[in-house]
Amino acid sequence: MMAGDPRLLLQSAPFLRRGITTPRLMTEVIIGMGPVILAAVYFFGISAIFVMLATTAGAAGAEWLLGPARPRGRTLKDGSAILTGIVLALCLPPGFPLWMAFLGGAAGICLGKLAFGGLGQNMFNPALVGRAFLQAAFPGAITTWSAQGDIGGFFTVRASNFAAPFMQATPDAVATATPLGLMKFEHQTTPLTDLLLGNTAGSLGETCAIVILLCGVVMAVRRAFDWRIPAAILLSVTVFSTVVWAFNTEKFPAPWAMLTSGGLLFGAVYMATDPVTSPVTPRGAWAFGAGIGVIVVLIRLWGGLPEGVMYAILLMNAATPLIERVTQPRPFGRGAIEHE
Amino acid sequence: MSSLPNRKSFRHGVHPLEHKEETEHLPLERMPFVGRYVLPLGQHIGAPCRAVVRAGEKVTRGQLIAEPGGFVSTSLHSPVTGRVVDVGPHRQGNGQLVPAIQIEADPYSSQQFRERDPVDPFAMGVDEFAASVQRAGLVGLGGAAFPSHVKYKLPEGKACERLVINGCECEPYLTCDHRVMVERPAEVVRGVSILAEKLGARGAWIGVEMNKPDGIDSLRAHLPAGSKITVAPLAVKYPQGAEKMLIKAVFNEEVPAGHLPLDIGVVVNNVATMACLTDWFDRGQPLIERALTVAGPGVDRPANLIVPIGTPIRDVLRHCGINRDTRQVVMGGPMMGMPLATLDAPVVKGTSGLLAFTDNMVNHPTEYACVRCGSCLEACGNFLNPSRLARLARAGRYEELEGAFVMDCMECGACTYTCPSSVPIVHLIRAAKLTIRQRKAKQG
Repeated sequence: MMAGDPRLLLQSAPFLRRGITTPRLMTEVIIGMGPVILAAVYFFGISAIFVMLATTAGAAGAEWLLGPARPRGRTLKDGSAILTGIVLALCLPPGFPLWMAFLGGAAGICLGKLAFGGLGQNMFNPALVGRAFLQAAFPGAITTWSAQGDIGGFFTVRASNFAAPFMQATPDAVATATPLGLMKFEHQTTPLTDLLLGNTAGSLGETCAIVILLCGVVMAVRRAFDWRIPAAILLSVTVFSTVVWAFNTEKFPAPWAMLTSGGLLFGAVYMATDPVTSPVTPRGAWAFGAGIGVIVVLIRLWGGLPEGVMYAILLMNAATPLIERVTQPRPFGRGAIEHE
Repeated sequence: MSSLPNRKSFRHGVHPLEHKEETEHLPLERMPFVGRYVLPLGQHIGAPCRAVVRAGEKVTRGQLIAEPGGFVSTSLHSPVTGRVVDVGPHRQGNGQLVPAIQIEADPYSSQQFRERDPVDPFAMGVDEFAASVQRAGLVGLGGAAFPSHVKYKLPEGKACERLVINGCECEPYLTCDHRVMVERPAEVVRGVSILAEKLGARGAWIGVEMNKPDGIDSLRAHLPAGSKITVAPLAVKYPQGAEKMLIKAVFNEEVPAGHLPLDIGVVVNNVATMACLTDWFDRGQPLIERALTVAGPGVDRPANLIVPIGTPIRDVLRHCGINRDTRQVVMGGPMMGMPLATLDAPVVKGTSGLLAFTDNMVNHPTEYACVRCGSCLEACGNFLNPSRLARLARAGRYEELEGAFVMDCMECGACTYTCPSSVPIVHLIRAAKLTIRQRKAKQG
């Protein structure tokens, strides 16, 4: 049928695009994480790089092998697997055996993302699924923290990094407790300046509070993520822990120590803000963040573990569909939204 | 932003690149007459009109050639002096065959419009006024082409307290309304005064975005002292020209969903329509020509043209130097316009622009998975959840779509514009709405 000029292309409006793509958003988050990565390398030496490479290789490998075929590796281009790998590495201890790290990255992508149907469909943050997997499989290795500067120099590699697969991972000679561990089991407090500057033991990316905070502010201004989520988390942790602390300043840690120690800041800025697993609705984002904050404080103060950010985020990830259901925006020109 | 004086707007929305700079300073010029004109009988919303001329008949410029086919329908006039050569099917922009009157221009005619004496609209009754507007063939010139007299004939029990004139022109590239405000402010203001008086409105507000300061100034300079017309400068944002968004911007009031602006006592009209209203009452010129913008990298000489209705689009584009790189021609704006399947289609009453796009502009990035980033929620002026609507539409879950208020969507395309994953959100919504309407029609 001669429907008209054959050269004319028919598409559906709108014909303009903002020009920002999903891979670019992912890249922006990775770049926004740059200073945290540099801080990790600065504090923990070349081991940090090894752990990051191992998790990223695991994550990207799993995505390539088990992700959508035709063409194989198509979904690697969206950058999300690489992001998962880096985030996972940043919440592991520096002396972590590399084979475990590789496995963690692969498990995060397989169980946390591909099992649900790939990017956008997953219920839980893949990096945290990877970490939960490692915590369950290797509880010893993942809680063996080495202090900064425990080794000779930048290029000295921790022996435990190269532990052979399925052999007993040899713990480091100098195992140190994290500030939260000290707080919980030995009732010692760590000076605030150490917490802020990162002069403590801990996972690769979580020690230096100042760097994470600054990166978070820059990324929030650049709208790389929904600023409401970290704001809600920090607010609720502050409020909740201040109330508890006011009851008994001897027994409970001060709110500023709660805010700056452990993985709270890193989790709030880089993990809870994963758009796929957090509510899209603005009011939902506030509820989501507040819930994480409350659970973190509950686990830290009364739970069996010293740290609870991972489980707090995973639990609220699971609650996201419910939160969204009750926080749908009020459509223009309609009264209170009618729920079915 | 909203706290600053004179920076009114609605909430949410997007800020596309304006691309107005290439035409906003180009004065309106007349498109030369061409050989043949095509006038589809259904170029407005509502029932198509009925031809009252036959092939072979001679017509003069401005002569009635088709009468309204119902109340929600309007008249059609010959844009040229010449001879009717055909009344029958002709291909329109979307590729469909529609009934149309074809007129061959008389090459020896001066094509001068013979003016009649001014008619005093103030002396008319309201019904007589609306009937007169219907005889003028006037429709909303913003793009929807809704017959104007329907809005002017207020139903029993409804009153128009406030008249809002839409001078937003929020679509990128388009500048014809802008030029009308700059070059024909007296006609616009007179049209607004006539209409405000006839509708019994207590005031009229002309909403103009701040990217047209000369338009605002020229309109203000022509407001008579003590006039009840206000020019309201608005912040630049898309889709401010959508009438409910415009009312929100001007009055900070929401028209209830599923209702018309008239239900809160507001009537909205386009600025260019006002100038045509003046032309009709003062000179007797019906809607036989309109201003439109021809722009985009596919034309060498972008322009703001006054084009006789019915001019084939191919002729208009040739006049503006269409080049070989053109890959897509869009009728209307780039956000809500319609891509043309054929350039033989004519300029109709609702044609606000012709945009010629080249290869690098028509290749949109590949679609990625929705990462639920929430950009579309922040773009949607109707406060819907477009990502959810798109997901439900893909799954064909029509009952849930209705529960998520898909029918409230005005299809402005802001969600698709902003989506980083290039999900064709508004396309999916449009298709779903069509299916829902068809299902309803089948049931009832």
